[in-house]
Amino acid sequence: MTEILAHLSGVNRTYQKGKEKVEVLHNLDLDIPQGDFVAIMGPSGSGKTTLLNLLGGLDKPSAGSVRVGDAEISAMSNSQLSHWRSTNVGFIFQFYNLLPVLTAQRNVELPLLLTKFNAKERARRAAIALDIVGLSERAKHYPRELSGGQEQRVAIARAIVSDPSLLLCDEPTGDLDRETADEILKLLQLLNSEHGKTIVMVTHDAQAASYAKRTLHCDKGTLEVREAA
Amino acid sequence: MKYFRLVWKNAWRKKIRTSLTVLSVFVAFLLFALLSAIGQAFEGGADVADADRLVVIDKVSLINSLPMSYLDRIAAVDGVQSVTHSSWFGGYYQDPRNQFAQFPVDPSSFMAMYPEYKIPREQLDAWAKDRTGAIVGQELATQYGWKIGDQIPMQATIWTKADGGRTWEFKLDGIFSTDDPRGSAAMMLFQYDYFDEARAFGKGTAGWYILRVKPDADPIQVARTIDAQFANSPSETKTSTEAAFAQSFTKQFGNIALIVSLILGAVFFTLLLVSGNTMSQSVRERISELAVLKTLGFDDRTVLGIVLSESILIMMVGGMLGLGVGWIAVQGLAKELASFLPGLFLSPAAMMLAVAFMVGAGILAGIFPALKAMRLSIVDALARA
Repeated sequence: MTEILAHLSGVNRTYQKGKEKVEVLHNLDLDIPQGDFVAIMGPSGSGKTTLLNLLGGLDKPSAGSVRVGDAEISAMSNSQLSHWRSTNVGFIFQFYNLLPVLTAQRNVELPLLLTKFNAKERARRAAIALDIVGLSERAKHYPRELSGGQEQRVAIARAIVSDPSLLLCDEPTGDLDRETADEILKLLQLLNSEHGKTIVMVTHDAQAASYAKRTLHCDKGTLEVREAA
Repeated sequence: MKYFRLVWKNAWRKKIRTSLTVLSVFVAFLLFALLSAIGQAFEGGADVADADRLVVIDKVSLINSLPMSYLDRIAAVDGVQSVTHSSWFGGYYQDPRNQFAQFPVDPSSFMAMYPEYKIPREQLDAWAKDRTGAIVGQELATQYGWKIGDQIPMQATIWTKADGGRTWEFKLDGIFSTDDPRGSAAMMLFQYDYFDEARAFGKGTAGWYILRVKPDADPIQVARTIDAQFANSPSETKTSTEAAFAQSFTKQFGNIALIVSLILGAVFFTLLLVSGNTMSQSVRERISELAVLKTLGFDDRTVLGIVLSESILIMMVGGMLGLGVGWIAVQGLAKELASFLPGLFLSPAAMMLAVAFMVGAGILAGIFPALKAMRLSIVDALARA
């Protein structure tokens, strides 16, 4: 039986917008098995990114519970969540969000600053991560010297450098051309199949979603499951 | 320490803006160094004052002289170990711009009163035997190229000679120095006996008396006894510690400490506004980057520390440069102004205070942007990016 990595139960998320309460997620139940590659699609405002934020411990549910691995992250304090994120989850954003003042290598090392590794070990691990994404020769380059696809590869290397079990991707190909997007999606597939990473990817792009093992459609705060084609 | 590269790179992301901020910090601490040294020069007399030395002056004004007959009466007061006297000569060497202090004194008792002034024994003996002899501090000898045996003509501005002349000739018998960097030996000492005999007026008086109290005596009680002894006389006295005397002497030029404090206060207030603005802009421009750091697992306190460290780093870079250049400038000025403003010196205490100011100003300038970064909501910041 496949082990469940992430388990959401009865999750509600409401936001206060002026005097009005807006319910983004409604009584959501979801299991994500270890090693899964899930695409989440849906129209804007349907709650996709909110779901991703809850899975990554960036946000807390208004009601219900979120469990990832052995951790009940919906009950954690902000400080505990920070520590948990640093070791258990990697984030990949649409606009890469690399620090422009650091080289690719130093960007990848950033999560390792929170560990007890010394500078040599941090550099070694960052080099391995850059090698996995095929960017070893660009290690000393600054983000402004890289193409969009290369920046996203660096962002992926940064996401995997602390060896988290869960990767959360928010529109990872939204800023890339088709060819480069396909390369990035193949890389994510590789990380899923060869390195055992569980991946949850929010996307508007059906072709991107086709790289996932299954697709969840989010609409008005509820989820519908469809298997990948 | 592992965050240093991140802090350094962030601090210099806008090189021109950071350079201008560092420049303003540099100027502030350069001023701090120079003004501290000037303040030290004016207050230095109080700093090097010996707690066991008391100074007796005229109660009305330091300008008024006291009768020489007071010398023995002060010496006879219970608790007084030794006593000597000094007077203000107020002359210049060759040109009115060549100003330095000159005092007619009694050689043996004066030098015994001030053991911090070091002079070879044979030079002191030679001076004591030479009625028109003088000794000068090392700074003066270096500045004017004097050597032992030289004749030094001094032009009097107060004390004309009995023959109507204003030129006083002295033979240089010795050169003294002091090891204390706060003290100054930029002065000329010559024989009171020659001065008193040759001057046209004011004979039989001294400017002030300096006395040392016995180790077991109470200086306050000794001072009271002396002043009581001369109460209701034509020349009433005011006896105070050497530090109080030095301070009252300094106050003739105005409240230097207050002036220095006001200038520095204005400079540092402006500095806080400039650097605070730099840090606010810097944080505002990279809200999304800070949100990414928090996403990666940097907790609130670490983000607060990173932003505060940037602010302190900018202060330290500019401040240490300013302090360093200020220190060099003070060394040069001290040599140039040795006779005019002796004791120009950047003390270790002032340098420690400057470093404390750098850290304090860094915290003050960075605290609000740092708190903003710390309280940043990751979800909101990423949504805005």
